[in-house]
Parts: sequence; structure tokens; C-alpha cells
Amino acid sequence: MDKYIYLDNNATTQMADEVREIMRENESLYGNASSMHRAGRDAECAIEWAREEVAKLIDGEKSGVYFTSGASESNNTIFSTFRDIIDDGSKRNRIITTTIEHPSIIEEVKYLKGKGYRIDEVGVDCYGKVKLDELKSMLGDDVALVSVMWANNETGTIQDVKEAAELAHSCGAYFHSDATQAIGKIPVSVKECGIDYLSLSAHKFYGPKGIGVLYAAAKAPLKPFVHGGHQEGGLRAGTYNTLNIIGLGEAAKLAREGLKEEYEKLYALREKLRKGILERIDHVIINGHPTDFLPGTLNASFPNAEGESILLYLDMEGIEVSTGSACATGSLEPSYVLLASGLDVELAHGSIRFSLGRYNTESDIDYTLEKLPAIIERVRTMSTRKGFDK
Amino acid sequence: MSSFMSQWVYTDTVKDHFMNPRNLWDEKEDFQADGIGEVGSLACGDQMRVGIQVKDDKISALRWLTYGCASAIASTSMMSELAVGMSLEDAYHITPNMITDALGGLPEHKFHCSVLGDKALRAAIDDYLEKNGRPNPYKANTAKIICECKGVTDVQIEELVKNDKVKTFEELQALTGASTACGKCRGRIKEHLEEMLHIYGK
Repeated sequence: MDKYIYLDNNATTQMADEVREIMRENESLYGNASSMHRAGRDAECAIEWAREEVAKLIDGEKSGVYFTSGASESNNTIFSTFRDIIDDGSKRNRIITTTIEHPSIIEEVKYLKGKGYRIDEVGVDCYGKVKLDELKSMLGDDVALVSVMWANNETGTIQDVKEAAELAHSCGAYFHSDATQAIGKIPVSVKECGIDYLSLSAHKFYGPKGIGVLYAAAKAPLKPFVHGGHQEGGLRAGTYNTLNIIGLGEAAKLAREGLKEEYEKLYALREKLRKGILERIDHVIINGHPTDFLPGTLNASFPNAEGESILLYLDMEGIEVSTGSACATGSLEPSYVLLASGLDVELAHGSIRFSLGRYNTESDIDYTLEKLPAIIERVRTMSTRKGFDK
Repeated sequence: MSSFMSQWVYTDTVKDHFMNPRNLWDEKEDFQADGIGEVGSLACGDQMRVGIQVKDDKISALRWLTYGCASAIASTSMMSELAVGMSLEDAYHITPNMITDALGGLPEHKFHCSVLGDKALRAAIDDYLEKNGRPNPYKANTAKIICECKGVTDVQIEELVKNDKVKTFEELQALTGASTACGKCRGRIKEHLEEMLHIYGK
């Protein structure tokens, strides 16, 4: 294929050259970081450097950084920690989260509810913003944990995390945020926002796959989540994934140092794409918040056109995106995130997410804008629905 | 670059029909259909409309429109190729399996939701016969009994769903007695009911 334009950076990113390089350089670092000899100490030294880099990236304490296999594990862990706390007889036995979390929380919540745990979900407005007044009305002295994602993977809508954390704390609950999509794109400070727990994944910001972090503030309780060793303060056993941790450390360093530049670049590309689409294609609906959005995320619905067909025609042209259509997920329901914000089912089926990244260029956007209108026209010509009533 | 190269999501035949759909209904063409059939809904993500022209009880021409995924587009296109030239009776007996086989296979999860072309075609033939005031000998003949104890057929369930007579398994039981005797067919009745509810967007 001649053209290859990757616009699916919210799904995953390619590793940065610097990350590849540092991982290659340290390939021979095979020691078990728990060993006392030199090979072990060298590995430990690398891991502690990476821990420091992650702490700096999120403006937290180094001692609060726990390495995991990724944000899904981190998210699951927080909920199982509070499940343990509730099982131990805590008077606070209710958890509050939202309707637009990542599946690693949505599914965990379904599972726990099935077991009888009390969990409530706050809804979102038409822009995908978590309704803080609704959250406030749900709070009480029986709430143990509030979990609100920092920014949504599908719509890019950024949540009012600081305000949500304040609300949680006002009733004595702990606050967790899944910041997987926010890291490296917008400033994330656990201190400034009063975050007790935070989840992140390295592969969303140009690091390797299979490595992530659960951050826990000093006063925030954590229960062992992998039993069997003294690693990570006895909380998460298992021999350290040294190379991936080094990759994560480098990605964290790059994300911190390049944040401003990254933000401006992604914002400009996203706006160029958004304006270009609205100029060239009729009847387009832009999903998500009009101002509080992740730079780089653009979610658009094309009425009368179905998402998987658009995705695959774009794929034929070498442009890679994702869709909220049910067809692409293998389920019968389209994106629950878009439906939660009240979007019409048909428009959710016809939604396309463009997520831009560090390695996209203006010419990528030009090429996409050159190909997309004809594809939408083509899919609409084939469609059973012709008029536009929305 | 890596040492791994993937195939496309679907077979080459699906890709061909997706990229070059046959017998597409171009609005500019002014195609005068003798019968029109439609199944599915935009809400469930797949909808097909089929128009046929009939000569000497054969399908002389067919046009279609599809809102749906690549396999929905390709399977409707493939159905159109199979159907043109067929007698009404043969066309009425086109099955999802025939379409899927002609396409060289489809992923399992695509089979039920996206292969609706045969149903739209049957609806178009029904429409043609009805418009011409003719009896419909095919409808009853294609019916298969699912519940043997009560003699409930797949077509019967389809008609009940289409005409908003049933929405749940319990309603279907109350109305037809399906799966109220030995109960062996319970799974198949439920599966068929769910498929019909999905297809007709109920």
C-alpha cells in the first residue's frame, strides 16, 4: 500500500524512536530486579529511574507509583481493593462511577453489581460531560470511592476531574481517575487535582504495550492484587518487566518534556480536520464537547452512512480510523459512550473517530480530506435512507 | 515493517463486491420496480431495500440499496447476482447460506445480522404477487417447522414479529403455544425470535 495514514492513536500509538532506542540499548539488562547482585541492582536502578519519571509526569510521589500490566489491570485493581474494603465491613459500602468509563471499569462494575455490591453510575450531558450536580446528589457518608475518567477515549471530552475529586472528598470518599487518554495530551497533576488513585497505560503515549501504572497517594489504601512476592511493596507480585518499564520511563519523560508542543500540534491538526470535514461534507455532526476536548480526538457522525463501511473504504485508501458502529464490534449495540450522551442510535452507527498523534502531519490531514468526501458520498448513495431529518 | 502480513477482514470475493457492488439502485436510473421489499432498520445497523422487475415469472432485473457494513453490502450485491435470471420460485428459496458460500464465507458474527438480502428479495416477490392480485404459493412452502409439538414454523414467527404481534418469547408462547409442550425447541425458538426482532428492528 502506498499511503499509510494512522489516525487511530487513541487505540494505541507506535513507540517513539527514543523509546525503541533505550529499550534496544538495555536489552542485555536481564537481571531480576529483586536480586542483590550486580545484575539485579542494575535492573532495579533502571526501574527506579522509570518510577521517578512517571512520578514527575503526573506530579505525584515516587512511592505511589505501582507498575501494572496496563490501565485495565489498574482499573480492575482499584475496584477489587474497594471490594475487599467493603467485604472487611467498612461502613462506606457504596461506589460511584460514570456511564462512559472504559470497559475495564464498565464490565467490572457489572460483575460486582451481579455479586450484590452497591454501585451507582452518574450520567453525562449531550457533550459527554459527567453531570456534577447528579454526582453531588448521589454522594453520602456511605460512599467509599468515586471513579471518574479524566478524558474519554471515544469523544475526547475532558471531565471536570478537580471538581469531581473535591465533591468526592467533601463526603469523605476516595477519588480515582482513569487518565489513560489524558496522559501526554493535557496536563495531569494528581497533586493539583487532589487525586487519590490514577490509572495509565504506556502504549497510549508512545511507550510499549503491556505496561502501565496504578498510582496511589500515600494515605490511600491498597490491597495486594497479585499475591506471591515482595515486589511493589508486597502489593503486586511478579518479576519486574524491566525492559517495558524502561520504555515506559522514557515515554513518560518525552510526554512531560514535549507536552506543550504536542498539545499545540494535535490541536491544530484536529481543528484543520474538523473544519475541512464541515466545509466539504454536508450533514455532519461533531460529537463531544465543543471546547473541553482532547487535542487530537475528533468524533464525527455521518447520517445515512454506516461506520464500518466508511472505516473499510478509508482502510482501502490507507487511512486508519475507528467507529462506534455495532458492526465493527461484533455486538448488536453501537457505542455505549455515544448513546450515553443521548446521541441517536443511527448516528452512533454512523460515527467515526479520528485520533491524531505525534507522527501525523498536515499532509495526512490533506489526504484524508481529499478522500473522505467521496467515500461518504458513495456510502450515502448506496444507503436505503436518503433524506436528512436531523 | 514487520514479518507479519494480515489478510483483509473479509474474503477477496467480499472485497470485490464491496468495492464494486453489482446492480446498485442508482436514483438517476429511474428503475421501475414491479415489486419492492425492505428489511432491517437503521437503528439496528443494517437495512436493505430490493426492487425487482419480473418477466414470465422470472427476475429480469434487480436493484438494491443497503445501509450497513461491508458484509451487508457485499452479501446484497452477491444476492443480486444470484437472483437475476432465476424463476420467482427459485429466487424465493435463496438462503443466507447460498449467499455466504458464494462469497467464500463470512465471519460467524456477521452471518446473522448482515445477510438480509434474501429476506428483502422474498419481501419484494411477496409485494409483486400481492400487487398483481396473485396467490403466493411460495410463502407456505418455504416454512420450516421449529416447534414440532405445536407445529409452529419459522415463517409464522417472522410474520408475527413483522406485524408487531409478538415482542417476547412469552408472548410468542401465549399466542402460538410454541415450546409449551416438550420444550425441546426452546433454544431454537428463542434464537429465531431474537434474530427476527433484530432483522425487523423491533
